[in-house]
Amino acid sequence: MSKPNQAVKRKRHAMQIFEDIPKRGFGITATLSFLVMLAFWSLLSYGELVNPIFLPTPDKVLTSLFEQLGTSVYWHHIGISIFRVSAGFVLASIVAIPIGLLAGTYRYGEAFVEPPMEFIRYMPAVAFIPLIMVWAGIGEWAKILLIFIGCFFQLVLMVAADTRLVSKDLVQASFTLGASRWQAIQTVIIPAVQPRLLNTLRLMLGWAWTYLVVAELVAVNSGLGYAIMKAQRFLNTEQIFVGIIVIGLLGLISDRIFAFLNRRLYPWA
Amino acid sequence: MSKAIEVVEKMADNAQAAIKYDKGAASGGLGSISIQGIGKSFATGKTTFRALENIDLEIGANEFVTIVGPSGCGKSTLLRIVAGLEEASEGDVGVDGDLVVGPGADRGMVFQGYTLFPWLTVRQNIEYGPKLKGISILERRAISNRYLRITRLESFANRFPKQLSGGMKQRVAIARALANGPKVLLMDEPFGALDAQTKLEMQEALLDVWEKEKTTVLFITHDIDEAIFLSQRIVVMGAGPGRILKEYPVTLPAERTSEVREHPEFLKLRRELTALLKHKEE
Repeated sequence: MSKPNQAVKRKRHAMQIFEDIPKRGFGITATLSFLVMLAFWSLLSYGELVNPIFLPTPDKVLTSLFEQLGTSVYWHHIGISIFRVSAGFVLASIVAIPIGLLAGTYRYGEAFVEPPMEFIRYMPAVAFIPLIMVWAGIGEWAKILLIFIGCFFQLVLMVAADTRLVSKDLVQASFTLGASRWQAIQTVIIPAVQPRLLNTLRLMLGWAWTYLVVAELVAVNSGLGYAIMKAQRFLNTEQIFVGIIVIGLLGLISDRIFAFLNRRLYPWA
Repeated sequence: MSKAIEVVEKMADNAQAAIKYDKGAASGGLGSISIQGIGKSFATGKTTFRALENIDLEIGANEFVTIVGPSGCGKSTLLRIVAGLEEASEGDVGVDGDLVVGPGADRGMVFQGYTLFPWLTVRQNIEYGPKLKGISILERRAISNRYLRITRLESFANRFPKQLSGGMKQRVAIARALANGPKVLLMDEPFGALDAQTKLEMQEALLDVWEKEKTTVLFITHDIDEAIFLSQRIVVMGAGPGRILKEYPVTLPAERTSEVREHPEFLKLRRELTALLKHKEE
């Protein structure tokens, strides 16, 4: 038996498959990733490797961002966009969650609901735009409806999948404690599904923002999508970047709110 | 909010002496189980698998009966049929003469896996059954206090299940089942996932609770020592198809302490059971 050689004893490699890393390490790496992006952008724009009409410099975009945020018009765009996303998303959630719960709880519900949903969800929401204009004109309802259609079918299927992940053992335990089927739904399935459901809503909200931009590219005169379209017409790439960044930030904020709610509402999970 | 709960808890404690939760009235009967001619077949593709064949078993009120057998002998399936969670292909199960047609509050169950409701605290888990029955909050508090005390969980009342060890989770599961005042308690290898030391502690804790509650217990295990230590009667099942091989009365002293494990009768029974199960597996 030879003793382990102290001289060649090395530290464990920092990259371990699936292993946790310190919080600080995560933060630093995440920051680094943004910096790399920024550096690449700077290289291309300040180095004039790309025509500035196509790719503005970071400082020009930043200046433009503050300029835009200094105007009430832009805040109006932000406000109306948030309204459309929220309205479409909330409506879709209100209708989709009960249907999804039903489809996830009962096999007959699944048989009735899921096959048609699977069919419809492959139809691109964008392709509905002409139809929506016929149905709802070009007013607010048209945009809300597009976001609704984009979210609803996916949401039903995802909620049903979440529901099916509820432990069958918990439901059976409730039966042996005297619960009726309805009580099992109320006191087991609905509480048990909530953390996953909130996570699903969080993912879906990201999609709602995507559909918003699509909705606002057609026949509107307000909203962030419209601001982007208008900037494009004048080849104002800075403002296009501003629009994209603002939408990204709004998405990030809503995402963080959901993540916070999940930790706050479901400490038991 | 928490102030209000505190006040209610105080009131409940005071009311406890006055109300004196009457277990006999809650369970409403004695708890004898009658299993008659139970058979169970599963369809597996084109063939059918015979899980249970012609099972007859009578269990008296307040009796502690354990079923032992190798894995695959259908002992869990039998228990689930008694619980009403599975349907028998033939035969009937009766509890105090009432035919079992589905799960119900008269047959409490403790599962092998952890089935506490993770969004409820220990106390809320224990109060789950009484709450479904519409028992008032005051009375519920009295009930949960009683079972927290019996299972020695008082200091964990406000914890969530994820903050508990495996042994403690099963303690809560037992308390939750008993707090519902069942006629019989069905236990499906409840200590199977626990480490050896915790398992012994839980066995003693279970007997301690059973002494106080005197409810009928039907206990499933594949651990021979556990069966002998706990029960008044042992039913041995064999596989292919699942059937009852033999029954043994356990004539150990009623007072079961850890010394019982050295008792000549204990060792003799263990030898016999080991031989029987070994012989059958060959």
